[in-house]
Amino acid sequence: MKLSKLGILAVLAMIALYVRVIYFTPIEALQGAAQKIFYVHLPSAIMGFTAVGIAAVAGGLYLWLRDARLDRIAESAIEVGLVFLTVVLVSGPLWARPIWGTFWTWDARLTLTLFLWFILVGNVILRGAIDNPELRARYSAVLAILGAILVPFIHLSVYLFRTLHPKPILIKPSAPSMPPEMETTMAIAFCAFILLFAYLLHERYLLATERESALEHSERDDARVVQPMVAGHGA
Amino acid sequence: MPPDERAVVTGAPRVPGLLAASLVVARKDIVIELRSRSVILSAITFTLLALTIFFFAWDPTAVASIDLAPGVVWVIFVFVGLLALHRSFGVEQPTRAIDALVAAPIDREAIFLGKLLANLVFLLLVEVVALPAAAILYNVPVGAYALPLVGIAVLAAVGLVAVGTLFAAMSVNTRLAELLLPLLALPFFVPVILPAAQASARLMSGRPAAEVAGYIKLLAAFDVVFLVVCTLAYPYTLEE
Repeated sequence: MKLSKLGILAVLAMIALYVRVIYFTPIEALQGAAQKIFYVHLPSAIMGFTAVGIAAVAGGLYLWLRDARLDRIAESAIEVGLVFLTVVLVSGPLWARPIWGTFWTWDARLTLTLFLWFILVGNVILRGAIDNPELRARYSAVLAILGAILVPFIHLSVYLFRTLHPKPILIKPSAPSMPPEMETTMAIAFCAFILLFAYLLHERYLLATERESALEHSERDDARVVQPMVAGHGA
Repeated sequence: MPPDERAVVTGAPRVPGLLAASLVVARKDIVIELRSRSVILSAITFTLLALTIFFFAWDPTAVASIDLAPGVVWVIFVFVGLLALHRSFGVEQPTRAIDALVAAPIDREAIFLGKLLANLVFLLLVEVVALPAAAILYNVPVGAYALPLVGIAVLAAVGLVAVGTLFAAMSVNTRLAELLLPLLALPFFVPVILPAAQASARLMSGRPAAEVAGYIKLLAAFDVVFLVVCTLAYPYTLEE
C-alpha cells in the first residue's frame, strides 16, 4: 500500500512522539513510567470524542442536504472514532491497574467512553444490516445525532456516583499543572494524533467513495444484462 | 398544503390534528393487542418468571432481597420493554400495514406518538402487575413511599418508550430486525435505568424523598429531551 503525503507525515509524527515519550520526557515522580501512557490515552480520547461529534454533525447535515458525501464522512468518522475509543479503553485500564489498583471502575468518564464505544459499534452493525444506501445513511445519521445528545445524560447520571478519574490538568482555568517538558511532549502527541486521525479519516473516506463507485459499476453492468427484458416497458 | 385545504379539495372528512391522530393510532394498536392479548399475557408471565429466577440467582444469606428488588425490577422492565417495542412495529411488518399508516392524511409524528402511547400503556400495565408482585415476592414494604415510586416508574417508562419506539421503528427495517433493537436501545436506557434504580433503591431503604430529587430531575429532563428529539427524528426513519 502506498502512503499518501499525509500518511507519511502522520507515521513520522507518531515515531517522533514515541521517541520523545520514551527517551526525552521525564518520568513522573509518583506514577513512574505508567504515566507515559497518558500521551497516547488523552489524545486518543480527544480524537475519539471529536469523531463522535463529526459523525453527529455530518449526519445532521446529511438529513438536511441529502448529499452522499456527508454520509461517507459520517461513516468514516464512526469507524475511525471506534479505533481511537478502543485505544482509550485499552490504554486506560493498563494505566489504571498499577495506579488505581484496578483495571476498571464505574467512573463517570470511563462509563461515558464505554457507552460511546457501544453506540459506535451499534452504528457499524446498523450500517451493515441495511442494504439500501439512502436508508442506511438516514438511520446512521439519526443514531449518531441521538448518541451525541445522550452524552450529557450519561455523564450526569454516572456523575451522581463519586468520580475517580484524574481531574483535567491541561485544559483548566488555572495554569496547566505539568512540567514544561511534559507539556511539550503532550503538544507533540496532539499534533501526531491529529495527523493520524486526519489521515485515517481521509483514507476511510476514499475507501467509501471507491466502494460506492464500484457498486455503481456493478449495478450498471447488471442493468445492461437485464436491459433487453425491460426494453418493452420503455425503460 | 394545510390539512383543512386538503380536506376541501378531496371532500374528505376533516383531517385530525396531531394529538387526535396519535390517539387514533394508539387506540388501533391497543385494540389489536386486546383482541389477541398475546403480548401482554406473555409479558406479565415473563415478568413473574423473571422475578422468580432472579431471586435464586443470589445467595439470600449474603444479599438481602430488599437490596435486590429495585435492580431486578428495572432489569426486567428493560427486557419486557424490548419485547413489546419490537412487537409494536413488527405487527405492521407482514402485511406492510405501515405503508397505509404513512399514506394516511395524518402527520408522521402522529404515527410515532401513537405507537409511543400504545407502548407506554403496555409498559405501565406490566409495571402495575410487576411492582406489587415484586413487593410481595421480595417482601419489600412499599406502602410508605408508594407514591414517589409510582412517579419514578411512570417517568422511567416514558423515557424507555420514547427512545425504544424510535429504535424499534428503525430496527424492524433492517436485516437483523429484533436482534438489533437491544444493541441500539440499551446504551440509551442507561440514563433512565440508572436514576430509576438508584432512586427506588434509596426509597426502599427508607431514605428521605428529598435525597432522590436529583435523580427524578434527571429522569424528567431525559423524558422531555428525548420525547421531542425522537418525535422529530421519526419521519427520517420511514422508507420513502
